[in-house]
Amino acid sequence: MDVSDYAAIGDCRTIALVSKHGSVDWLCLPNPSSPSFFGALLDSERGGLLSVQPQNLLWSEREYLDRTNVLQTTFHCEHGTLRVTDFITLETSDRQRHVLRPEHELIRLLECTQGEVSAKITYQPRPGYARRLPRVVDRRRLGWMCHCDGLGAFLQTDFDLNPVGKSALEGEVKLRAGERRQLVFSACENDVAVLLPLGQESTDRLNATIEWWKNWCAQCTYSGPYVKQVIRSCLALKLLTFSLSGAVLAAPTTSLPVAATGERNWDYRYCWLRDSSLVLEAFMQLGFQEESRAFLGWLLHATAQTQPRLQVMYDIYGRTNLTERELHHLRGHNGIGPVRIGNGAHSQLQLDIYGEVACAAATFVAAGGALDSTERKLLAGVGGIVCSLWSKADQGIWEARSAPRHYTYSKVMCWVALDRLLQIHRSLPFDTNVEVWVRERERIREDIDKNGFDTQLNTYVAYYAGKQPDASLLLLARHGYLAANDPRMIGTCSFIEKHLRTDALLYRYPPNADADGVDGEEGFFALCSFWLIEYLSLAGQRARATELFEQLLSFANDVGLYAEEFSAQDRSLRGNFPQAFTHIGLITAALALQSESQGGRHGDGSRDAA
Amino acid sequence: MVTAAATLLSMLVWGIIATAVMVSIMAATQNLGWSRLSMSFLLGSAFTANRRSANVIGTVLYFTGGWLFAFFYYLFFAVLGRASGALGAVVGLIHGALLLTVLLPLMPYMHPRMASEYDGPSGERRLEPPGFLALHYGSRTPLATLIAHILYGAILGFGFRI
Repeated sequence: MDVSDYAAIGDCRTIALVSKHGSVDWLCLPNPSSPSFFGALLDSERGGLLSVQPQNLLWSEREYLDRTNVLQTTFHCEHGTLRVTDFITLETSDRQRHVLRPEHELIRLLECTQGEVSAKITYQPRPGYARRLPRVVDRRRLGWMCHCDGLGAFLQTDFDLNPVGKSALEGEVKLRAGERRQLVFSACENDVAVLLPLGQESTDRLNATIEWWKNWCAQCTYSGPYVKQVIRSCLALKLLTFSLSGAVLAAPTTSLPVAATGERNWDYRYCWLRDSSLVLEAFMQLGFQEESRAFLGWLLHATAQTQPRLQVMYDIYGRTNLTERELHHLRGHNGIGPVRIGNGAHSQLQLDIYGEVACAAATFVAAGGALDSTERKLLAGVGGIVCSLWSKADQGIWEARSAPRHYTYSKVMCWVALDRLLQIHRSLPFDTNVEVWVRERERIREDIDKNGFDTQLNTYVAYYAGKQPDASLLLLARHGYLAANDPRMIGTCSFIEKHLRTDALLYRYPPNADADGVDGEEGFFALCSFWLIEYLSLAGQRARATELFEQLLSFANDVGLYAEEFSAQDRSLRGNFPQAFTHIGLITAALALQSESQGGRHGDGSRDAA
Repeated sequence: MVTAAATLLSMLVWGIIATAVMVSIMAATQNLGWSRLSMSFLLGSAFTANRRSANVIGTVLYFTGGWLFAFFYYLFFAVLGRASGALGAVVGLIHGALLLTVLLPLMPYMHPRMASEYDGPSGERRLEPPGFLALHYGSRTPLATLIAHILYGAILGFGFRI
């Protein structure tokens, strides 16, 4: 099974991946950072799943219902057509007040639209990353129940299922044109379960869920030519937000391999400050104020334990101990291991995150958002810590596991942090001596221009005294460090394109260089490919940017989702999926193209003089 | 008269302590994943379908009920003419056992929002029933419930004695 065969559904509290073959292969409960309940994605034999497998299948096609995260898969079989609608229910809080609702509820509606079809149903609950084998018990008209470590899960159907051993169910459902069946999976943690009556209520829940997503999308202010793709990216990002805390996950999966040789398998079910800040900026630019406010609230709460220092990532509730471990009992996606949980990069020093957080806050303030005294105190602390840390070597934006280096992009983001804080200071004054920030900002710039720019190659380089390109340096124009049409920026872009680009795709750094201290093959990095388009737009090269953008759009899977990377061999999706970073890239590139077409946002260096 | 007032005061004070311990143990076992039984939610959801309100109302009812129930323990000790922590623990054990074997299994027939295995969930009735010994809420539910009630009784027995 390829990563691109999956689509995501969710309720902003948990996310499931559904394959185009009709199987729910990934679901973590009770939240996306929890152990998997269905984990066939990482081990097709042991992982656990809830599948609807049509018999005599010829081909299948699928789509999300317009402006929703409700997935509809149509299976064309030899003797008929089966349509399966998959969704995790969502309703307005007003409706939730009037009737008890399950904590989590995944509904699969089966409908034969033509001829006759039969499908095999398989239910294999495997909680705790498949380390547990719970007993599935028949609760008669309440459905099938299993219980594990405080998690209660029910499967209700309006057709018969039969036990296979103690921990699995199977059944076959036969449908004629117009007939419908339902599978309702619900789960709760440490609480009495609430069960949905089957029948009309499932259809009502579908309609309520569609209405919820459409109402949410209605806030989007983007009206450019790529509205379909931008909306899909917004919906993917919204799936990755955790509504109970405001955190934004990098991706809902762990250990989906970037390369066929494995090793580069990481757990992305955490909240990177960098990604989240970029999501906030994207949401702000698209009119989603509530998410931005929620993220700032989470940021304040999550970083309380480490302030004024910021950790690279936190879990959805702000916990800081994300020790990395390997799960040896799981084979890995398509047999490519290892499967890792936790993330060893959490304790790294990555200086760019301070700049990302300051950028997000500045965007929030510029859009009219207000910061309370605690938030201002946090930001003032960021200014202080940047002044004391910027001269140190770090692991860089790509979280290299080699020795720390003086990464140029990290230094630039330290400059950006102070620049944005000074920008905020002009409208919401900080109670601190900002003269220090002005002075340090100039020192950082001098340091970067002296050590991070190679006059011989006419380019900024990945790290001081190096000769390597780095795609993150395309962002210098966006961040206002350099004008997009500055000769140094043009030289940097040319150098990056020469060494890192193939067609519309970019590596983040030279794939053969020992850049990150990790074995295994590196693919094209999707986000960097969008950064090039954004830069070209800023530089006024709209035609070329549009051409590359449209090429990149063709690399999404059939429902418009992207993973972290593209395979260097066949351009297929690689890595954790769907990936927030990539969808942020798509949105910002589309906004840059739109802005450029409306005659705005040319990189004229206006911020440069700030 | 003075003795009656002192006993009443003792009942109120030790009643609240015993209830606090019992409620805390039940909440702890629930949140540690040992049991999904939430007496607060079960009680509160009899009055409202709003989950948030149900938990608040239920906690108030559970606490108040536990506090008032101390009266029956004190009455029993007074009739018996003696009390101790051990005796209280035995009474608590019987109390917990009655709850698990009689009261909770009867809930589907009394609770307006609880479903039963015979009828399945409906528009109003959609709460999972507890089953015998409340085992549907987890295999360690009986143990957690008994420990909470044994401690409740032991504290009241100890309180009555002093």
